[in-house]
Amino acid sequence: MPPKAEIERHTIAVLVDNEAGVLARVIGLFSGRGYNIESLTVAEVDENAHTSRITIVTNGTPMVVEQIKAQLNRLVPVHKVVDLTVDTVSIEREMALVKVSGTGEKRVEALRLSDAFRAAVIDTTHSSFVFEITGSPEKINAFVSLMRPLGLVDVSRTGVVAIARGAEQM
Amino acid sequence: MASREMSGAEMVVKALEDHGVDTLFGYPGGAVLPIYDALFERESIKHVLVRHEQGALHAAEGYARSSGKPGVVLVTSGPGATNAVTGLTDALMDSVPLVCITGQVPTHLIGNDAFQEADTVGITRPCTKHNWLVQSVDDLPRILHEAFYVATHGRPGPVVVDIPKDIQFQIGLYTGPTTQGHRTYRPQVKGNIDSIREAIDLIATAKKPLFYTGGGVINSGPEASQLLREFVHTTGFPITSTLMGLGAFPASDKQWLGMLGMHGTYEANWAMHDCDVMINLGARFDDRVTGVVDKFSPDSKKIHVDIDPSSINKNVHVDVPIIGDVAHVLEDMLRLWKAKAAKQDKGALAKWWKQIDHWRDRKSLEFVNSDTIIKPQHAVQRLWELTKGPDTYITTEVGQHQMWAAQHFHFDEPNRWMTSGGLGTMGYGLPAAIGVQMAHPDALVIDIAGEASIQMCMQEMSTAIQYDLPVKIFILNNEYMGMVRQWQQLLHGARYSHSYSEALPDFVKLAEAYGGVGIRAEKPGELDDKIREMIDVKRPVLFDCRVDKMENCFPMIPSGAAHNEMILADEAKDPTDAISEEGKMLV
Repeated sequence: MPPKAEIERHTIAVLVDNEAGVLARVIGLFSGRGYNIESLTVAEVDENAHTSRITIVTNGTPMVVEQIKAQLNRLVPVHKVVDLTVDTVSIEREMALVKVSGTGEKRVEALRLSDAFRAAVIDTTHSSFVFEITGSPEKINAFVSLMRPLGLVDVSRTGVVAIARGAEQM
Repeated sequence: MASREMSGAEMVVKALEDHGVDTLFGYPGGAVLPIYDALFERESIKHVLVRHEQGALHAAEGYARSSGKPGVVLVTSGPGATNAVTGLTDALMDSVPLVCITGQVPTHLIGNDAFQEADTVGITRPCTKHNWLVQSVDDLPRILHEAFYVATHGRPGPVVVDIPKDIQFQIGLYTGPTTQGHRTYRPQVKGNIDSIREAIDLIATAKKPLFYTGGGVINSGPEASQLLREFVHTTGFPITSTLMGLGAFPASDKQWLGMLGMHGTYEANWAMHDCDVMINLGARFDDRVTGVVDKFSPDSKKIHVDIDPSSINKNVHVDVPIIGDVAHVLEDMLRLWKAKAAKQDKGALAKWWKQIDHWRDRKSLEFVNSDTIIKPQHAVQRLWELTKGPDTYITTEVGQHQMWAAQHFHFDEPNRWMTSGGLGTMGYGLPAAIGVQMAHPDALVIDIAGEASIQMCMQEMSTAIQYDLPVKIFILNNEYMGMVRQWQQLLHGARYSHSYSEALPDFVKLAEAYGGVGIRAEKPGELDDKIREMIDVKRPVLFDCRVDKMENCFPMIPSGAAHNEMILADEAKDPTDAISEEGKMLV
């Protein structure tokens, strides 16, 4: 037997036919077999070919991650499965909308920090901001925790999207 | 291929014809009436009217497993579809190709909680290989052809095509099937030649090799069984098989060690535990086979051939994975092996066989027979002696009788053994026998059953009568859910909670009430004559074989134990403490 394996975080891109029920198949596979989903995003990427790209961030032992990929690959509407964590060097981004409410010193501090994080103000009232921030999940986590004592009200995150570096197609 | 205008319902029937379907198992209802209308007086397809939709699915499984062709089912919406779920799950677990067509309420009523509406694609998504809700009559021909393709290619499995009633009435253009593959579903059938070469190199160094084969060999087709026989004979290695793989290699061959696993033979399980090179062909390291995974065959290098990449490294880490169809891979293996055979360590192999013969001498399937009471093992042995031959097909229900059948009925040919292995569905055997008999009208088809299991799909006796199918239902009647009782004895201090089969029907009278023949055997002395009587009757028979009520099925690997920790019949005087505390948690 191989030694007890560590839990690893993997980002997996799945190209699927954009047909009814395809997302349910993917999610059902994870829930039915007890795999974890850290984040999942999906949108159509090719209107003519009717294909969507699903980005899943998951974690598990190497054996479980291999299983997840094999299970995804055998779903009938799946074109391709790529493990962006091991198959390629890839970049990940996530976007968040962060609502902060406050006045006075706290309001000024929130604005100053948003500038440091290159977050954009996309809505404002006399007592609130909505920031748009893009970056790695860690960067967004850091920004959100800095906003918490300054009057954090709501956070809405897209989940991770990822793509391989370089000229190659998926 | 010429296109022709027709209704959705006619497309369904046309597609079945185009895919060579000669038998259809079904049950009509409101949402499939147009399809039934298209079937009216259609000569090309024999429709078998079951008595419950679960029966249709198991019958189609029996048909498929015994013929190698996909089984086809037609049921209505709502309860028709939900009743199909057990059979679909059974087929998924045992990789049986089925195409199940379900009616659905008309498109405009979907989601309205209409009469007999169920979210069929939602309910069957986890228990099918794939499913479709047809949303336009224009998509219907393509989906029907895809359904057959997906069910029968790669690792076979069940698919559902859910067709709303309005689409069955609509007129569209029908185009026949093409030979083109699927857009996205393209299973790999040829194994990677470098991996096969690596496997052959490993096999050549083996001192204690073992073939471990499974249902994949059967599913790969008769050619795979032939190639397997050739390879096993050429190498001289011992071979064992899972429950699902029985018959791929002849049980009468001297290299055969018997079935392995929870109720496998002493020699098969010890060989699995001690081997140094394991050649897994089309088996999936199921928990009934491996026992506790940490102690499973600890010192072997493992080669695993499977058409489903998700079977590789799922339960057990393997050293040489080969993704491909068993027959294709065996062909390559055999060719490479023949170029290499001279290097085999014959001395080590002879030593290994000596060890195996020592294990064989333990005679693990022996039991204490009786001349006053019929022992269930004896009943199966007599049944085998009196019916063996290439034209005998056995189905089973699930429980002790199933394991005794696997241990004491010996198969020399593939596709003769139909049993619910993965899901373990009580009620499988009788409808499966009906499906087998439809595929093989002149064969002797016997459902080896228990008195509890048989009552789960008993109603299909009526189907057997209607279509004049002379299936034999051989009930090992011990008045208990025997396997439940055995586990209660082993795990729960012999407290037999609700496992006694009370208020049993009189099976002889029941057979007669259905219009069949009932036979009862109560004494060992009358068993042979009664079995002969059963064989001679060319009508459905319910055979009530009264057996020892308290007999246990051994050998047994208790839950939580390793292959070399079997309980044997003659050591199991006080079996109530045989299972560890951790083992009790397992199933």
